[in-house]
Amino acid sequence: MDAKEKKLEQVIRLAHGNGGKLTQELIRGILLPRFNNSFLAPLNDSAVFEVGGTKIAFTTDSYVIKPIFFPGGDIGKLSVSGTVNDLTVMGAKPLFISCSLIIEEGFPLSTLKKIVSSIEDTAEKAEVKVVTGDTKVVEKGSGDEIFINTSGIGIVSPEIEHLSSDRIEIGDLIVINGTVGDHSIAVLSQREELGCGGSVVSDCAPLYGLLEEIRLYWRYIKFMRDPTRGGIAGVLNEIVQGKKFGIKLWEKKIPLKEETLAFCELLGMDPLYLANEGKIVFFVKREKADEIVSALCGHSLGEKASIIGEVVADPPGKVYLETIIGTKRVVDMLVEDQLPRIC
Amino acid sequence: MCLAIPVKLVLREENKGWVEMGNTKREVDLTLLPDAKVGDYVLVHAGFAISKVEEKEAEELLELLSKIL
Amino acid sequence: MRYISEFRNQDLARRLAQRIERIASTIKRQVRLMEVCGTHAMSILKFGIKEIIPSNVKLVSGPGCPVCVTPESYIDLACLYMKEGFLIATFGDMVKVPGSNTSLAEEKSKGGKLSVVYSPVDALKLAKKLPEEKVVFLAIGFETTSPAVAATVLAAKEENVENFTILCGHKLIPPAMKALVENPEVKIDGFICPGHVSAIVGSRAYEFLAKDYNIPCVVAGFEPLDILQAINLLLSQISSQRAGVENEYRRVVTEEGNLRAKELMEMVFEKTDSEWRGMGEIKESGLCVSSDFSFFDAQCRFPLEIPSFRKDKKTGCLCGEVLQGLVEPEDCPLFKNYCTPSTPFGPCMVSVEGACNVHYRFGCKGEKVGAGN
Repeated sequence: MDAKEKKLEQVIRLAHGNGGKLTQELIRGILLPRFNNSFLAPLNDSAVFEVGGTKIAFTTDSYVIKPIFFPGGDIGKLSVSGTVNDLTVMGAKPLFISCSLIIEEGFPLSTLKKIVSSIEDTAEKAEVKVVTGDTKVVEKGSGDEIFINTSGIGIVSPEIEHLSSDRIEIGDLIVINGTVGDHSIAVLSQREELGCGGSVVSDCAPLYGLLEEIRLYWRYIKFMRDPTRGGIAGVLNEIVQGKKFGIKLWEKKIPLKEETLAFCELLGMDPLYLANEGKIVFFVKREKADEIVSALCGHSLGEKASIIGEVVADPPGKVYLETIIGTKRVVDMLVEDQLPRIC
Repeated sequence: MCLAIPVKLVLREENKGWVEMGNTKREVDLTLLPDAKVGDYVLVHAGFAISKVEEKEAEELLELLSKIL
Repeated sequence: MRYISEFRNQDLARRLAQRIERIASTIKRQVRLMEVCGTHAMSILKFGIKEIIPSNVKLVSGPGCPVCVTPESYIDLACLYMKEGFLIATFGDMVKVPGSNTSLAEEKSKGGKLSVVYSPVDALKLAKKLPEEKVVFLAIGFETTSPAVAATVLAAKEENVENFTILCGHKLIPPAMKALVENPEVKIDGFICPGHVSAIVGSRAYEFLAKDYNIPCVVAGFEPLDILQAINLLLSQISSQRAGVENEYRRVVTEEGNLRAKELMEMVFEKTDSEWRGMGEIKESGLCVSSDFSFFDAQCRFPLEIPSFRKDKKTGCLCGEVLQGLVEPEDCPLFKNYCTPSTPFGPCMVSVEGACNVHYRFGCKGEKVGAGN
C-alpha cells in the first residue's frame, strides 16, 4: 500500500481515542460538522447553557481504563472523579450524575460490587448523587470486563461564570495543583511491560473541594482545564491553537514525584504527555498567582501546587519548554499517547 | 532499550537484588554484577544490573566541569 | 535524583556551551559528530542541546536503535513463528515494527500469541508458568542487552526449561561504526560513543577507530553535561588534530568493561555476519547462539523457512538513510504526514529510540523558539 492509500484507509485507530491530534481530527472532521451548535463549539470540558436564568454545566465521559483496578483507584472512582472534574473546571458545583454500565458476560459479581461501592464512596466525597443510570450486558468477547459512562450536571456559580480561553492574556501565569504523570505511571505499573509494580499511586480524585478552597480568588481565574489523556502538553496545545499567544513552561517548576521521574527516564517517556486524573491547570492573573498557589497548598489535593508557566506573545499558537539547562524546545501536540486506555 | 537509570541497591540475596526507586523496591538480577554490595548505586537495564556507578568518578567529573571558566 | 540532577546543572551547562563555542570558532569548518545510540539522540533533543552548540557543529544520528536495524526478514520469521502457534515474548517496541507485509501487532490481532516483557527473565518466567506453550523470546539489542539474554539462556539450561528458546537478533556496535567510517558517503569527524554499550564492552573497544581510521572518540553518558563534555572533548581533539579514545562516562564505564558480562556473552553466543536494515550485511556484526546452547536456539530447535516477500511498491521510507546519518527524519517526505508512531512506515518511527520517533516527540530541527523569551 503506498502512502496515499494508507492515508485514505478509512478506519478508526487506537490513536483516535488518545486525546491527541487524531482525536481532534475526528471531532472536528466528523462530529462537529454534524452537531454544530454554539454550546458544543468551544469544545470545553463541559457545555454551559442557561435554563430559567440559571447557568448549568453538562458533561459526559466514558471510561475504558485497563486494568480496572490500579494503585489509588479503580474504574468506579475514576468514572465519578473524571466527570465531576469536567464540571469543576467550568466553575460548576457538581450536583447529579448518571451512571451507565456495559458489562461483559462472565464478569464476577463480587468485582462489580467493589466497583459500585467505589462509585458510591466517590460520589459521597464529591457530594454528588447518582440519579439515573443504565445497565447492559454484552456477550463474552464483545466487551472488555466493564465500560462505564457517566454524565454530570452542575450549577455554575455567578462568581466564576466568566471562564473562557478568550479571556487569557499575555502575562497570565499557569498554575497546577500538584505532581504530574502519576496516574499514567500508576496504571502502567500494573501492566506487564513494566516487569513489576511500583508504589506510584494515581492522583484520581474529585476536585470541587479544591476549587472551593480558593473561592476568594475565583475572579482572578481566567480559564481551567483538567489535563487527563494527552497530559499537560495536550491540553495546553489545544488552548493555544489558533490563538495570538503562546505558552512557555519552566521544566524546573513542574512538580514531579521522584518515582514518576524514574519510570519516565526508564521508559523514555515525557511526563508532560502523561495523563492526570486529579489535577487542574489554572490560567490566572499574574499578580495573584503566588497567593493562589499558597491557598492551594493548604488543601490536601493541592500540596505541591506550583506556577509552571506563563502566557507569552511569541511564538503564538505554540507551547514550548524552557528545559532544566535553560535551553528551549517546542512541546508539540502528539498524534498519539503512548499509553492506550489510560482513562 | 539502552535506557537505564542509576538506583541504589538496598538488599541482596545471592544473584537477586532489590533496588530503590523513590518509594518502590524493584527486583533486579545481579548475575552480571557479582561484586555489587548493598549501598552501591547500580545501573539497571532490562531487569539486570549492568554496572556500578562510582561516586568518586562522578564527583571528579563535576569538579572538573566547575573549573571551566 | 542522585546521579541525574547533578548532571543537569544549568550553570555548568552554560560554561560548557561557552567553551564549545570558543573551540568551534577556531575550527571554522563544519564538523559532524555522530552518536550511535537512540538514548543519546533522545537526550540531545530532550535537553535542547542543538540550540546551544554553534552552527558549524552538526550532531548526526547513526544506527543506534537495535529495533530500527533489525532486518524485515527477522520480523517476518517472528511472525511466522506466531502463525505456527508459538508464543512470542518480546520487548515492547518490536510489536508494531513493520516486516515485509505484516507485523507482530497484526498477527496478534489475527489470533497469534504475543506477550510483551520488560526483561528476558520475564520471558523465561512465562515459559515456566506455561509449560504447554512453546515460548520464543525475540532477542534484540546491542551489547547492553545481550549479556542479560546470555544470563537468561544459562538460567534456562540450569533449570532445564525445555519450552524456552530465543530467536537471536543481537548486533554489535563497533563493527557497525567501522562500516560507517568505511562508507565514503558518510562523513564523520568524531563519534560520541554509546555509554551503556560501553559499560559492557569497555572504552578500549573503540581504539581501532582512532588508530586505524583517525576518528576521535569520546564515550559519553546521557545527561546534558555528559553530552556537552563529550562534544567539548571531541572538538578539542579535532582542533589539535589528534584522534584518541577518551572516556567522559568514567562513573560507569571502565577501559575493559564488564568482564563477567563479556564472559557470559562468549559462552552463549558466537559472532556472525549480520544484516543491518538500511546498511546491508556487515561482517562479524551480529551474534548467534553457540552450539552448546543450540537447544535454546529457536532456529535450531524449530527451523522454519524464512518467508520471502517481494516488495513491489516503494513506500518512500527513508529509514535506511536516516540510520546512516545521511538524512534527517524531517527530510523524509513521509515524516509526520503519513508516518507517525501509530501508522509507522519504518522502524525508526516505531521504536522509542528510533531517530524519527525521537524527532517526532521532542521537536524538529530548526524549529526555533521565538527570540527575546
